Amino acid sequence: MLRYLPRFLLLLAPLLGLLACSAGESNVAQGNRDGILHFGNGSEPQGLDPHVVTGVPESKLIDALFEGLTRKNPWTLEPEPGAAASWEFSEDRRVITFHMQPQGRWSNGEPVTAHDFVWSWRRALDPAMGNLYAYMLYPVLNAEAYATGKIDDPEMIGVRALDDMTLEVTLNEPTPYFLQLMDHYSSFAVPRATVEQFGEATDRFTRWTRAGNIVSNGPFRLQKWQLNRRIVVEKNPHYWDADTVRLNGVVFYPTENVVSEERMFRVNQLHVTNDVPLAKFPDYRKLENSPFVEAPYLGTYFYLLNTQRPPLDDVRVRRALSLALDRDSLTRNVLYGSNDPAYAITPPGTLGYQPPRLFSHDPEQARQLLAEAGYPGGAGWPGLELTYNTSESHRKVAVAVQQMWKDVLNIEVTLANQEWKVYLDSVSEMNFDIARRGWIGDYVDPNNFLDMYITGGGNNNTGFADPVYDEMILRLAPQAATQEERFAIFHEAETRLMEQMPIIPIYTYASKHLVHPSVQGMPPNLMDFVNMKYIHLEQVPLTEFELE
Amino acid sequence: MNTLADSETLVAEQGTSLWQDAWRRLRKNRLALFGLCVLVFFVLIALLTPWLAPYAHDAQNLDLGATPPSAAHWLGTDIFGRDLLTQIMYGGRISLAVGFVATAVALVIGVTWGAVAGYVGGRVDAIMMRLVDILYALPFMIFIVLLMVVFGRNLLLLFLAIGAVEWLTMARIMRGQVQSLRQQEFVEAAISLGLSPATIVRRHLVPNALGPIIVYTTLTIPSVMLLEAFLSFLGLGVQPPATSWGLLISYGAETMEEYPWLLIFPGAALTLTLFALNFLGDGLRDALDVRGSGD
Amino acid sequence: MWRFVGGRLLQAIPVILAVVTVTFFLVRVAPGGPFDSEKAVIPEVKAALEAQYRLDLPLGQQYLAYLGDLAHGELGPSFKYPGRSVNELIAAGLPATAELGAYALLVAIVLGGLAGVIASLKPNSAQDYIPMSIAMIGICMPTFLLGPLLVLVFGIHLEWLPVSGWGDMPGDKILPSLTLGAAYAAYIARLSRAGMLEVMSQDYIRTARAKGLPEWQVVTRHALRGGLIPVVAFLGPAFAGLLAGSFVVETIFQIPGLGRFYVQAAFNRDYTMILGTTVFLSTLIVLFNLLSDILAAWLNPRLRGQYGEA
Repeated sequence: MLRYLPRFLLLLAPLLGLLACSAGESNVAQGNRDGILHFGNGSEPQGLDPHVVTGVPESKLIDALFEGLTRKNPWTLEPEPGAAASWEFSEDRRVITFHMQPQGRWSNGEPVTAHDFVWSWRRALDPAMGNLYAYMLYPVLNAEAYATGKIDDPEMIGVRALDDMTLEVTLNEPTPYFLQLMDHYSSFAVPRATVEQFGEATDRFTRWTRAGNIVSNGPFRLQKWQLNRRIVVEKNPHYWDADTVRLNGVVFYPTENVVSEERMFRVNQLHVTNDVPLAKFPDYRKLENSPFVEAPYLGTYFYLLNTQRPPLDDVRVRRALSLALDRDSLTRNVLYGSNDPAYAITPPGTLGYQPPRLFSHDPEQARQLLAEAGYPGGAGWPGLELTYNTSESHRKVAVAVQQMWKDVLNIEVTLANQEWKVYLDSVSEMNFDIARRGWIGDYVDPNNFLDMYITGGGNNNTGFADPVYDEMILRLAPQAATQEERFAIFHEAETRLMEQMPIIPIYTYASKHLVHPSVQGMPPNLMDFVNMKYIHLEQVPLTEFELE
Repeated sequence: MNTLADSETLVAEQGTSLWQDAWRRLRKNRLALFGLCVLVFFVLIALLTPWLAPYAHDAQNLDLGATPPSAAHWLGTDIFGRDLLTQIMYGGRISLAVGFVATAVALVIGVTWGAVAGYVGGRVDAIMMRLVDILYALPFMIFIVLLMVVFGRNLLLLFLAIGAVEWLTMARIMRGQVQSLRQQEFVEAAISLGLSPATIVRRHLVPNALGPIIVYTTLTIPSVMLLEAFLSFLGLGVQPPATSWGLLISYGAETMEEYPWLLIFPGAALTLTLFALNFLGDGLRDALDVRGSGD
Repeated sequence: MWRFVGGRLLQAIPVILAVVTVTFFLVRVAPGGPFDSEKAVIPEVKAALEAQYRLDLPLGQQYLAYLGDLAHGELGPSFKYPGRSVNELIAAGLPATAELGAYALLVAIVLGGLAGVIASLKPNSAQDYIPMSIAMIGICMPTFLLGPLLVLVFGIHLEWLPVSGWGDMPGDKILPSLTLGAAYAAYIARLSRAGMLEVMSQDYIRTARAKGLPEWQVVTRHALRGGLIPVVAFLGPAFAGLLAGSFVVETIFQIPGLGRFYVQAAFNRDYTMILGTTVFLSTLIVLFNLLSDILAAWLNPRLRGQYGEA
């Protein structure tokens, strides 16, 4: 047998041979020279069809490849001209007329017309499409009725092309955030000819989004798509505003493992990371010219309370649980100070709306409320379970919260982590006492957070039901004459919500990235929105990020 | 009837002397004794943890956070300011229990299954081993999730779930050993003497296959302790603030650069256990090895 | 010999069928479906999706339809990646995983086998303790720990090797192969040492020695064959286990492999992907267990008669 040993070793030779080679030029050095951005994108996208996929990694890619009627300015988040060059509202603000970009072209050179949008919106709303984000178009007249199969005639949807260059959209009621929705991929146009070349309009299984097949109207076009390895896009020469685009291309990496991603960044393999490991915050903050970019993010992290189960059916118990939490200590010590404590469901500063602040950390009052509810000093406490989906940061928050409740209220709450799909099942079936939940806004408006808690709402999941609240959110707010009046109604509704406390707000989300100093034109913003059109790379000396 | 009774007593007598013999030889093996002492020490600590632990297992001090070893906290603290020594002591209770019990389950099922399949051979062997193949191929994760949904979360289930996967390789190794031993002269001699298959398996095959089985068992214990951590991530297994070595190591691995002590100390506890087990395992193997005693 | 192999291959059919059947119903009973997401799904949309994936049919009918497709080698469309078939995803992930697995196994067999045999030649000496201690530390180093540690040392601090990738930069295959191979190397070292020691005390080795053969010939000609039997019994399932095990390594090193699909499919409740990868895995397991049994027979001449070859 040992006779074969030399041959065995020979097999190893290629491996050993590779050892001798050096690592070569880094992606960042090469990218800065060639104008190619190396972008950590979190995970492999499900696909690239704007009416099929959901998720953040998908949105980053689709935003680079496609363009809606408007496109957000990354500094101000205000809508800028996209596929539409201009638009005007009717007197009652229910009808919007979009004028298409005269130079608007698909990446195959064909013009982008108003008809493309009409056809695409019908596709996006078609029940057969199974579009999970169809509801983004519900403000449009008859859109909901068509998407839920109540009407069959797509002509009745409030969108029509007056001519090739003019699109008229009719809304159910004035919708202040409607232009923002035009930058969400569910409202994007897809190339009809290409889609139909590879299958039925509403077919989910076609090859039209593959490299070589796909036609898009955004600043970039798809060049290469290697599963679980990288997706390469290059500058689209037919894009109407191609002169503004300074990157020659972007490489998206499915960086699932946040620790590996940070290491890729540290050796200059990535310009931008999707995330940063929690424990690395202090070290990166200490660096001079730190690449660590953190900003508030339009989302709230909170705990759902099952108001249909005792003792959580008692508002005093719910408030006691909330008041017992020292959110400052939690965010400072457990989350390394990257998140702000939250005291309401709406994140602060959404277009000038400030949520009510009704309470703070108050152990005394928490104990008193619990005693009033019949559990003085924790006596007779039946025990509750806190459910969260498996993740390092959810665990950390839960462990700290569990101990705070024990210390302040002397009550036992057991923890139960669940695998993602089991957790989703528990939440939607309301099969929990307390459950972790997060909500990221689809658009910047309080409505996106507050309409969750209408009676029987699909994302309510707490059993909270208040007819007065429903009235305010569903009827009064949409009819408000001015934004101030509307926000006042929201404020009153949210105050009611936080008095009833069906949820315990914990903290406001924050976006966290490592961004190489060579990357310019990529400001942090509330939506964590990246507009690659404005990004460019500057030649800076490459530095090693030496952490302690 | 008479002869059967006689042979039973014979086996019993031989059994006692075999074990006495083994113990006598084991005592002379200093490394094995060292391993045994370490294990006994760990088990004692685990049993006495509630009285020995320097801090309450869930006492937090968020403002203190993660600190390196100090006079107050000999092994340092984690990000919640919890004493790591206390965590390791409590974690040892879970890990040692899971390690030993689940491995014992795997050992009993695996050795029996493999011995029967290997000895009987033919169609029985084929069916038994194909069953093993089927179990190898089932998606383990879905299986665990279902177990949890059906039976809820409890430690006994954890032992069973781990035992249920770990016995498969054990069975394959045992079967291979038995197959190769079965053809040897001393077994053929035993068959021609008319000994019952059960006796042959028990008296000749199992003792002779012990070497690899002991080794695989000692390897299984630490891997079971690590598997427990994975199952805890799926929701089965221990939940915070309870902990285990496997969990401490996987948490420590996440912050190996920032707080290395959170990885090193639980890792050392696991490694020390493994070394002790292996020394003891090798010692046991030598001590029980009837044929090798002359060497 | 061929009858034995043929027989075993025939046995594979009921094995795979059993695996498919159990898995099919197992995944359907598991809580959570492929379309569940954090935001509530509109009932009409869910119904449309279920219709597209045949989920609206009675379960028995779905099962038969799946078997029908399977008979044609069709594994169906993926739920998680619309527009991609499971066949395509497996084909995309297989090359990297197979290569990684092969390198890892090579590392494991060469390093582990060598260490084990060397250690067994002089038991209870430094020649035994040193390789065995390294092996034991290897066992205590799960891949999720060893991988990042190797990257830290060789990728970040020494800057000798890339921290991630597969086939993108020279040398980027070394760390993943070592990481995945290390755990198996440790097992093989321990098992081969034990197997060798077992064999070295057998009568036929004593006979060989009594004949006056030099020690190294005793080892290579006689002992190795029997001594490696436990290793071979371990190798069959180990190779198949590499697929599931490579998930961690693939994630750490950003390798576009099958392990990621295999594990994520279960997390995503991607029914067709779970079934497809499981069918694929069960075929591999049957094949490799067969291979390991044949190898065991070859190593153990006494067994050959049993397989119809003298």
